[in-house]
Amino acid sequence: MSSFENIQQQLVEDFGFLEDWEDKYAYLIDLGKSLQPLDAAYKNENYLIKGCQSKVWLHAELEGDRIRYFADSDAFISKGIVALLVKVLDGQKPEEVLHGNLFVIDQIGLAAHLSPNRANGLGSMLKQMRAYALAYLTKTQNA
Amino acid sequence: MHTDIHTDWAAVRNDFPILRESVNGRPLVYFDNAATSQKPQVVIDALVDYYSRYNSNVHRGVHSLSQQATSAFEAVRKQVQGFISARHEAEIIYTRGTTEAINLVAQSWGSLEVMEGDEILITGLEHHANIVPWQMLCERTGAKLVVVPINDAGEVSLQDFAEKLNPRTRMAAFSWISNALGTVNPVFEMVALAQAQGTRTLVDAAQAAPHSIIDVQALGCDFLVFSAHKMLGPTGVGILYGRLEILEQMPPVQGGGDMIKEVRFEKTTYNELPLRLEAGTPNIADVIAFGKALEYLQQLGMENIELREQELLAYATAQLKQLSGIQLVGTAADKRCVLSFLIEGAHPYDVGVLLDQMGIAIRTGHHCAQPIMDRFEIPGTCRASFAFYNSFEEIDRFVTALQKAQKMLS
Repeated sequence: MSSFENIQQQLVEDFGFLEDWEDKYAYLIDLGKSLQPLDAAYKNENYLIKGCQSKVWLHAELEGDRIRYFADSDAFISKGIVALLVKVLDGQKPEEVLHGNLFVIDQIGLAAHLSPNRANGLGSMLKQMRAYALAYLTKTQNA
Repeated sequence: MHTDIHTDWAAVRNDFPILRESVNGRPLVYFDNAATSQKPQVVIDALVDYYSRYNSNVHRGVHSLSQQATSAFEAVRKQVQGFISARHEAEIIYTRGTTEAINLVAQSWGSLEVMEGDEILITGLEHHANIVPWQMLCERTGAKLVVVPINDAGEVSLQDFAEKLNPRTRMAAFSWISNALGTVNPVFEMVALAQAQGTRTLVDAAQAAPHSIIDVQALGCDFLVFSAHKMLGPTGVGILYGRLEILEQMPPVQGGGDMIKEVRFEKTTYNELPLRLEAGTPNIADVIAFGKALEYLQQLGMENIELREQELLAYATAQLKQLSGIQLVGTAADKRCVLSFLIEGAHPYDVGVLLDQMGIAIRTGHHCAQPIMDRFEIPGTCRASFAFYNSFEEIDRFVTALQKAQKMLS
């Protein structure tokens, strides 16, 4: 199993221990709180993800053949959601971000709440993270 | 606590099937009434009844079904006329909603009456639907959009309003009740001030029509607009009331069926009001069902409804004021049905998500009134908005849920 899948599996297990929605949300909020701070230089319009009711900023860098993600939000739950994605996608290869099997959302027991169709911005976050991955993939292939 | 001993409010709730639904495993508490109201069974039944028994196009058919549909459709126009005390049936124009009604006035009336250098006056409390159509008119004509500011309580002062009026002000368009804050504007005085200056008036009554008695003759406005779906009716129906002598001058903005008298390739002559401004097959079923909504409201009594909703708002406001760490946004002396607030340190979005988990539907965000949020320098608010079928017990559940959310977000 790749680290991409291992990390997701671990999250699924962590959330699995939590029985009710309060604990799951509390855990999600804690994930957000433990997110590495985003440099203030990236907290501006250019890094804002469109389509969220709250503000979510996202920045990505290429480190060797791995993509690094940095994010923040002005809402606890949005920050938790983006932190969940960062936890899984940060440090992966761009190909993995683009084509890997992202099962964590469906399996942590918040699928109904984290559906990309809801106004939570999850769909927009993921789209932006994949856009970075595609850009870096193109860049490394052309290098 | 009950307003009218003759109204059994618990029984009234039974008329609304959706209130028996559960959300996330809890009985639904629906506090998003300012966005759209729920529908009583009589309204839902009217839709089924129309499509099951007499679905047919209106105004043209000589066959029985068409005549039945036409009578039912036109009877509602008469009902709306009565509901707002308009002088003539032809003053009632069906639209798709408040937004379309305002756009119709801005496009049609605006094309006749507004020129470069003229001014359109609105207030800082407006919904985007009462801002953007006027901005578009200003862009087309070179007129200027002027905004009356609001104070810290979320009120428009009559003095500020009067000061912004001048001989170039062609139109003053303002809401009766703010959807974001619940502020009740002094519309009678505002209409009088505008009239004294020779300025036309449009009253956005989208939030007032579900909760208050409306008498357009007493109010004296030139236009008044509202939506069926916020007052127990279906979506897709709105009303434009306009004074007959003004509507008669207004050119159609849409051409098509029903709005014509004769069509020749050389020249088309237009139909009489109101059909002249209603091109195409209208929303027949929903208009007819809206008639049932009006009947339902009138049976309960608008005064009775208003008192009940005032009690709900007063109770909820008092409960929230007892909690620490809650900031009320919009503290106007005269308010209806809307409680906008923030949990200090928490984004409205977080609060909305957590309340939803507890079965409580509130609205979060800018409520299509971004300038108000900018005025208070906040990203948005949490908005609980009430209707007469809500209960004090629901408010208690809401307050408990709010405390839980507050704890989770601390």
